[in-house]
Amino acid sequence: MSDAAPRPLAEFWHVFQQSRGALLGLAVIAAISLIALFAELVAPHSPIEQFREFLLTPPAWQAGGTVQFPLGTDDIGRDVLSRLIHGARLSMLIGLIVVTLSLAVGLALGLLGGFFGGWVDTAIMRMMDIMLALPSLLLAIVIAAILGPGLFNAMLAVSVTVVPHYARLTRAAVLAELTKDYVIASRMAGAGVFRLMFVVVLPNCLAPLIVQATLGFSSAILDAAALGFLGLGAQPPTPEWGTMLASSLQFLQRAPWVVTYPGLAILITVLAFNLLGDGLRDALDPKLKQ
Amino acid sequence: MLRFILSRVGMVIPTFFGITFLSFLLIRLVPGDPIEVRVGERGISPERLAMFRTELGLDQPLWRQFFDYVGGVLSGDLGVSLVTRNPVLSEFLTLFPATIELSLCAILLAIAIGLPAGMVAAVKRGTIFDHGVMGLSLTGYSMPIFWWGLLLILTFSVQLGWTPVSGRLSALYYVEPVTGFLLLDSLLSGEEGAFGSAVQHLILPAIVLGTIPLAVIARMTRSAMLEVLGEDYIRTARAKGLSPVRVVGLHALRNALIPVVTVIGLQVGTLLGGAILTETIFAWPGIGKWLIESINRRDYPALQGGVLLVATTVILVNLMVDLLYGVLNPRIRHRR
Repeated sequence: MSDAAPRPLAEFWHVFQQSRGALLGLAVIAAISLIALFAELVAPHSPIEQFREFLLTPPAWQAGGTVQFPLGTDDIGRDVLSRLIHGARLSMLIGLIVVTLSLAVGLALGLLGGFFGGWVDTAIMRMMDIMLALPSLLLAIVIAAILGPGLFNAMLAVSVTVVPHYARLTRAAVLAELTKDYVIASRMAGAGVFRLMFVVVLPNCLAPLIVQATLGFSSAILDAAALGFLGLGAQPPTPEWGTMLASSLQFLQRAPWVVTYPGLAILITVLAFNLLGDGLRDALDPKLKQ
Repeated sequence: MLRFILSRVGMVIPTFFGITFLSFLLIRLVPGDPIEVRVGERGISPERLAMFRTELGLDQPLWRQFFDYVGGVLSGDLGVSLVTRNPVLSEFLTLFPATIELSLCAILLAIAIGLPAGMVAAVKRGTIFDHGVMGLSLTGYSMPIFWWGLLLILTFSVQLGWTPVSGRLSALYYVEPVTGFLLLDSLLSGEEGAFGSAVQHLILPAIVLGTIPLAVIARMTRSAMLEVLGEDYIRTARAKGLSPVRVVGLHALRNALIPVVTVIGLQVGTLLGGAILTETIFAWPGIGKWLIESINRRDYPALQGGVLLVATTVILVNLMVDLLYGVLNPRIRHRR
């Protein structure tokens, strides 16, 4: 085991580290993850503490700014930087939960469809087609409206909208693998359905799923922020980036920084995950290389 | 060819009924009942509540409601908005041109910039230009467009004062709605300055809505072009001494366009989803803003009809792309 295992990993790393973009993405994600994990230690203030004598203070380098609040304060005197740092925790959590939920359900549906074929497959894939006919943001909005606004419901809503992608991808990979000799061989050897599914076939379908899951992080963060912006996601005073944007809209002209930095945080995080996803695709799945 | 068309249309019908069922189910899943949710806050007599229920058919068993709904849908009756009391279909049709106009301008902008940028990036592979285009398009692809819109408003409307902040037309002008597309109507009206005003209002929203499709098109064009440029027939064309412009612009582009056209067709979902955010930011009176308002006003019949109509639009456009693809590419047509 120890003789064979390092080789594919080393080969993967060799291709992966050739892409500067992918390394950059990985570094940014690592940094954001650390900030998210240690938010209490990194943030200069509490995300909800209100400094009443510092309402809408500009960033430190602008006239009227103070080093006490490096990125300025919002309309009720909360430190923007501290809120962004705590927001990083929420965004990473959103990505993690959405990807885990949707991957689990999508994987199960794809495996079922791929293995059993027939009407099971048709029914599942029809369902997925129907869901894909709706713009994903609209579907997420409607589900969030039904469940009621809130961070967890927003995560559920976004998860539902991305399930079809994982289901289709898994099914296609399973169908491609099922015709191969090694699967037929283990079937002849008497392997049961579950063994075939999870031990024999699934590990060989993982590459595209890993890539999709990484890209799934970025769309999850983006869609959850959009829901927050529309008032259907996390509710104030939660320091979720999209929600922060929405609640400071009326100060756009007077205090642009309360709008600029949350959006920038979203963009940088999403971009990092997309860079990483592209790099992973090149390294794991040469066929998909664009 | 006829068989191909029939089979594709046949595949769409179950999807359409699925969407109808889904949109029907949606408002029944709302906790409580839409009428109570809607009027509950104001306090209402049980008699009036019962009257409302009967009016909307909510006192019928569920299967009966569904058949009534499907019957209504098939005859073009999508119910009545709880707020305005207008038929949902006519509200949708009044607002839809604004969304179509915005989406069309956005996608045209995306094609006009994305296609050449992707082509040049492919030809100049590995250069600074290539890296620049790829970096920018990945940034565009990662853009939270609601924030992007605010930044543009802040820069161009607030600080520079070049463009208006919201709406479709300055209040100075009145334009008779003929086609519903303000660019055309303002020209038809003959009113001086109205067309310019419409264009000014349209620029920023179109840029915002076009950003993600632009990034997708540039990336797709580049990769399709790279693939084609490696083909033998391109080498032959080059060996014959054809000019590079002719080789790339004519021989290579023609084949590279096939996947690009598909991708452009697939953007209709992105556009209609993005329109929700764009229209909200720019107070653009289209379908996206209307859907969000319907949610906020708990106007569930409007939401139900809107979801169905948006999904139908996506299905129909995808069907058309599919058919067009079959016409362009015989290999697809004869596959099964």
